[in-house]
Amino acid sequence: MTTVLTSGRRAGFVSLLHAEWTKFRTVAGWGLGMAVGSLMIVLVGVLAGVSSDQQGAPPVPVGPGGAPVADSFYFAHRPLTADGGITVSVTALESSVPAGPGDLRPGQVAWAKAGLIIKESTRPGSPYAAIMVTGGHGVRMQSGFVDDIAGPAGTEPVHWLRLLRSGDTVTGYSSADGTQWTEVGTVRVRGLGPRPRGGPFVASPPSVDGMGTRSSVSTAVFGDLRVEGSWADDAWTGEQVGPESPTFAGYPPGTSGSSTASGGELTITGAGDIAPAVRETLATGGTVKDILTGTFAALVVMVVVGTLYITTEYRKNLIRVTLAVTPGRGRVLVAKAIVVGSCAFVAGLAGALAAVPLGERLAEVNGVYVFPVSSATGLRVALGTAALLAAAAVLALSVGAILRRGAGAVTAVLLVIVLPYLLIANPFMPAGVAGWLARVTPAAAFAVHQTLEPYEQVASVYTPYNGYFPLPAWAGLAVLAGYAAVSLAVAVVLLRRREA
Amino acid sequence: MRRAVHAEWTKLRTVAGPRWLLAGMVAVTVALSAAAASVSTCVSPGCGGDPVELSLTGVDLGQALVAILAVLVIGGEYGSGIFGVTLTAVPRRRVVLAAKAAVVSGVVAVAGSVAVLGSLLAGRVVLPGGQLVLWPVGGPTLRAAAGSVVYLVLVALLAFGVAAVVRDSATGVGIVLGLLYLVPIIAQVVGDPGVRRVLQQVAPMSAGLAVQATTGLDQLPIGPWAGLAVTAAWAAAALLAAAVRVGVRDD
Repeated sequence: MTTVLTSGRRAGFVSLLHAEWTKFRTVAGWGLGMAVGSLMIVLVGVLAGVSSDQQGAPPVPVGPGGAPVADSFYFAHRPLTADGGITVSVTALESSVPAGPGDLRPGQVAWAKAGLIIKESTRPGSPYAAIMVTGGHGVRMQSGFVDDIAGPAGTEPVHWLRLLRSGDTVTGYSSADGTQWTEVGTVRVRGLGPRPRGGPFVASPPSVDGMGTRSSVSTAVFGDLRVEGSWADDAWTGEQVGPESPTFAGYPPGTSGSSTASGGELTITGAGDIAPAVRETLATGGTVKDILTGTFAALVVMVVVGTLYITTEYRKNLIRVTLAVTPGRGRVLVAKAIVVGSCAFVAGLAGALAAVPLGERLAEVNGVYVFPVSSATGLRVALGTAALLAAAAVLALSVGAILRRGAGAVTAVLLVIVLPYLLIANPFMPAGVAGWLARVTPAAAFAVHQTLEPYEQVASVYTPYNGYFPLPAWAGLAVLAGYAAVSLAVAVVLLRRREA
Repeated sequence: MRRAVHAEWTKLRTVAGPRWLLAGMVAVTVALSAAAASVSTCVSPGCGGDPVELSLTGVDLGQALVAILAVLVIGGEYGSGIFGVTLTAVPRRRVVLAAKAAVVSGVVAVAGSVAVLGSLLAGRVVLPGGQLVLWPVGGPTLRAAAGSVVYLVLVALLAFGVAAVVRDSATGVGIVLGLLYLVPIIAQVVGDPGVRRVLQQVAPMSAGLAVQATTGLDQLPIGPWAGLAVTAAWAAAALLAAAVRVGVRDD
């Protein structure tokens, strides 16, 4: 008996879904709306791809992992023809940041680096391993641009650094006095080649200032420089690595890189960084988030269609007929939510899947570098865009059922999603406020468009505007889905209680 | 025409919706302005800030409610079928349209003035150290204030025209809010500065709100009054389309 009743209800719901799908399908404007939404994503992707021409720009250095990197620093080097080691004492590291045009002031640059590096060549992006003292983060051993090992934590300041190469293996040591050595890390560096360069270096990444960055310069004094093993040449060659690189912010006005030897000491002045590139380092680059900006246009269409899907029934008094033939009132709304959500999902997925490769290809043709994404991330972004639009359509449907007025519902839904985004995108918005807006408002769902990764060892402006969201993609989407689910529940309750 | 305006005024006055919308518009405009003034880290002209423009941030939000009001004045009548009655009473269709547009402009001008003055006063109170000087009123401040009111009226006329063309409130609001809010977002992805500038010059919101600037005018994509003229052109085009449409189709 129960089984019959259940299967009867289930059959009833299937036919209800079918009825709602027929309603949706047969209104020409709604299907057209979905197609237009899809097309808007593609069109803006094309616009993003063709609107910038950077042909002839110097190539973006790419690290061993395939990701863009910053690889510009001042390097005093000698060729290392086989295994060998190098030891040095860093007696001073001082940084300067311009406070205004032509007004260079001493300042702290937390990730200013002075130390030893062994690198395949002076080509930006080539493999390396390095040990260094930093402006504010102690001793670090870094390699492959993304790997960062913290040195021993202690109260005694470290002045001595040593780097030993044996085949593919590079080991870094630090010491406070030059006699007692502590191993900081051992890394395997593939592709060091037959004749890597080794020697002291200085890098000084741009310092974060409000919503932007300004280039800095640092000077370090190296003493007691000793080599062991198979080193070629006798003199150290001073050279700025990657001077033309697009990921190099350059020296502050009036300064330049140099290396000077006097009285057994080597003084090196340098700028730049050896690190993964982030949005701020590669401002000319494009992102998948930029290409998918058309999601906003699609969002407007989905919200209008989602709202009309229910408010038209109220306007034409069709809702009474619908409710007369459907015993469970709440189920009507659920069926509508499934239909409109699925349609928005499919339209969004189709748009995103077409827009991203097209936008990337056009950008590439125009010489614009696009931050690469793995195919798994690309799929996640496309599915996320589809889910975002589906959730927004369900939210619009629910708000439409609650307000029963098309204009009010469309405005309410668009404002709660688009206005927070506009406020987040305002460069004068403090990072804290922008961060909270991107956490608690429905605009949090745009985290699905994040493809960039923030890095501990790179100080930068990690704001939603730059493509870094405070929530992971799934959590941001869950915030919007939560708003949609709560609205749908309220709409179901109200539909049950109210006269139609 | 006078009787038609009086009739439209009576309709607008006796429905609760418009009153709440206008009150809400004033409230959200002042509230967002005050909030923006209190959280902004860059106020002084030294860092590129503009205290007057900052204090008028709420207009960005208030315009949405103005748009709904204007859409509902015409879309609501199409939705409920009342428009047929209106046309029976006043058979000259364009007179009806003009009367509605006049009434909407009037109420938006009044409510907009209240909202703009409220926002400036809120900015005066919230911004530290009297950075916003309201008295004696300077030319640029007056231009920003009066221009913002005119901008709100133009947004109302644009929304009114669009709604009269599409004859549906939800679609009308969707189109208007899309026109207003999308271009500033899409302009961010345009890499070429020239193309971006052109987009900002022709879009109704980014061009029209240039009138709020009081400092750094030479940095703007478009001059204050020229920008307002762009928004006016959008409104005029929408009204023209509405006048053509209302004359050629049966209701």
